[in-house]
Amino acid sequence: MIRAHPANKIEIAGLTVSYGGKTVLQDLDLEVRRNEILAIIGPANSGKTTLLKCINRTIEFIPGARVRGSIKIDGEEVHQIRDVFRLRRRIGMVFPLPVGLPMTVHDNVAYAPRLMGIRGRTELEAIVEKCLRQAALWDEVKDRLKTLGTKLSGGQQQRLTIARALSHRPEILCLDEFSIAVDPVTTMRIEDVLLELKSEMTIILVTNLVQQARRLGDRTAFLNNGNLVEVDRNEVVFSDQPANRLTYEYVQGVFG
Amino acid sequence: MSQEPAMKDGNPFGETDLIRKKMRAEAAARLLFGAMAVLMVIPLLSILLYLFYKGWPILSWQFIADVPRHNMKEGGIWPAILGTIYLIFFSLCASAPIGVLAGIYLNEFARDNWFNRAVNLAVLNLAGVPSIVYALFGVGAFVLAFGFGRSILAASLTLGIMNLPVTIAATKEALSAVPRSFREACWNMGATPWQTIRTIVLPNSLSGILTGVILSVCRAAGETAPILFTGAVFFKPIEGKGLFAYGLFDQCMALSYHLLTVSTQLQGVPEALLYGTALVLICIVLVFNSVAVSIRVYLRSHQRW
Repeated sequence: MIRAHPANKIEIAGLTVSYGGKTVLQDLDLEVRRNEILAIIGPANSGKTTLLKCINRTIEFIPGARVRGSIKIDGEEVHQIRDVFRLRRRIGMVFPLPVGLPMTVHDNVAYAPRLMGIRGRTELEAIVEKCLRQAALWDEVKDRLKTLGTKLSGGQQQRLTIARALSHRPEILCLDEFSIAVDPVTTMRIEDVLLELKSEMTIILVTNLVQQARRLGDRTAFLNNGNLVEVDRNEVVFSDQPANRLTYEYVQGVFG
Repeated sequence: MSQEPAMKDGNPFGETDLIRKKMRAEAAARLLFGAMAVLMVIPLLSILLYLFYKGWPILSWQFIADVPRHNMKEGGIWPAILGTIYLIFFSLCASAPIGVLAGIYLNEFARDNWFNRAVNLAVLNLAGVPSIVYALFGVGAFVLAFGFGRSILAASLTLGIMNLPVTIAATKEALSAVPRSFREACWNMGATPWQTIRTIVLPNSLSGILTGVILSVCRAAGETAPILFTGAVFFKPIEGKGLFAYGLFDQCMALSYHLLTVSTQLQGVPEALLYGTALVLICIVLVFNSVAVSIRVYLRSHQRW
């Protein structure tokens, strides 16, 4: 597949988002390379979640949100895509609040494949097992796939949302604070999986844990107050001399 | 925390004045709110007991199953019972589909624009329209313009329209009880709004919707004004015709209207007959209410979050 920018999976240019007059993202330019893990760090209210919502266009469900600028995936302008639902299936989204849908664990993960028209039982079971394994949840729920997703613990529901995000075989995986409700050991297991998945998909990892960005990211972007302060290779961002002093202070824990 | 009053005997968990004050306020609040809650039950219980006491002598199988005789002074009220059931059923058929579907639209699809705000406002105002105004609308629209005449159909449609705002409000309330995070999870997986509604929202709000629909019908059962000019009739003998005695274009008797006429238009009707009629009416409403409550309890016990 030869396109104009083969190295870049996502290209964001001049993205400005405001909610009812309050600007949350200001003229953002950002590229996400194919098969990399781009970590996004930054204090609260810096626009990280908003950025993810723009990529899969769920921002459209927020009343009063205004989006300007361009987002291209594989060179294709996101806002001009007719079948927005197919676009969303190309992107796996994991948001910080664990949400088990009110159906069985199996059906939770089989939900998206079913929407895509997969009906075969064995095929669905294979997908469910694979995704639950990738989300490091399989061992805990393999004997109770028939329990309700809402009855799992917070951390398990969080991993369930990861399994769901993987269930429609996305090209891009966006994780927003996925490890908030997950214990450190399981977090490590999921991080290992992410490093494996990198070969299959492009991963955007929003995190409050600076060390997680350092461990996982190929590159790290630092957002502050809706502005992209800096984006560079991890060796630079986490070095003693990143391009911007603010980045250094945030990474070192001077503020934020 | 040097402001804390001195501990009694140095015991950190001992009663201080502050704690006692707090406890008194707590007890007072509990008593006041509890008393109001009890107060609420009193009218219902006294109405029921009074009706039972007054209407008891006349209650019999014959009172329920027989037609009125001797100019309403004897016999039963079966045609009115059957008429009320017909009106409930057909008004339900009219209001439930429209109300539920409109409620789903307003809660799930409608964006915040002037048109949908206007629709919401209209629904709110519709709820405040007096029932006699609905009656006049029913006469103009269904009896005359549509040419249904004074009939069960016209009366049911009038009642149905009156029920719409309640049905819509109940539907919207039930839908908004489903957490938004469920919807967002589905949207993120590429589900269309309708797929989300069909697979997640509706299955989890059905109990609330059903309850709301049934409760709105109870209100219709007791209304007199909307059927006054649209389909209710003073007397209609339907002796020996069973359950399907009325046709859609017939006029019918109804309990509420029957109660009104026998208590205001006729002389010498035995008191017990009035109270008996009222009792039957309230029992029908209570039966519908308990159906609604049982559905709610059943579905709630299968609640999945």
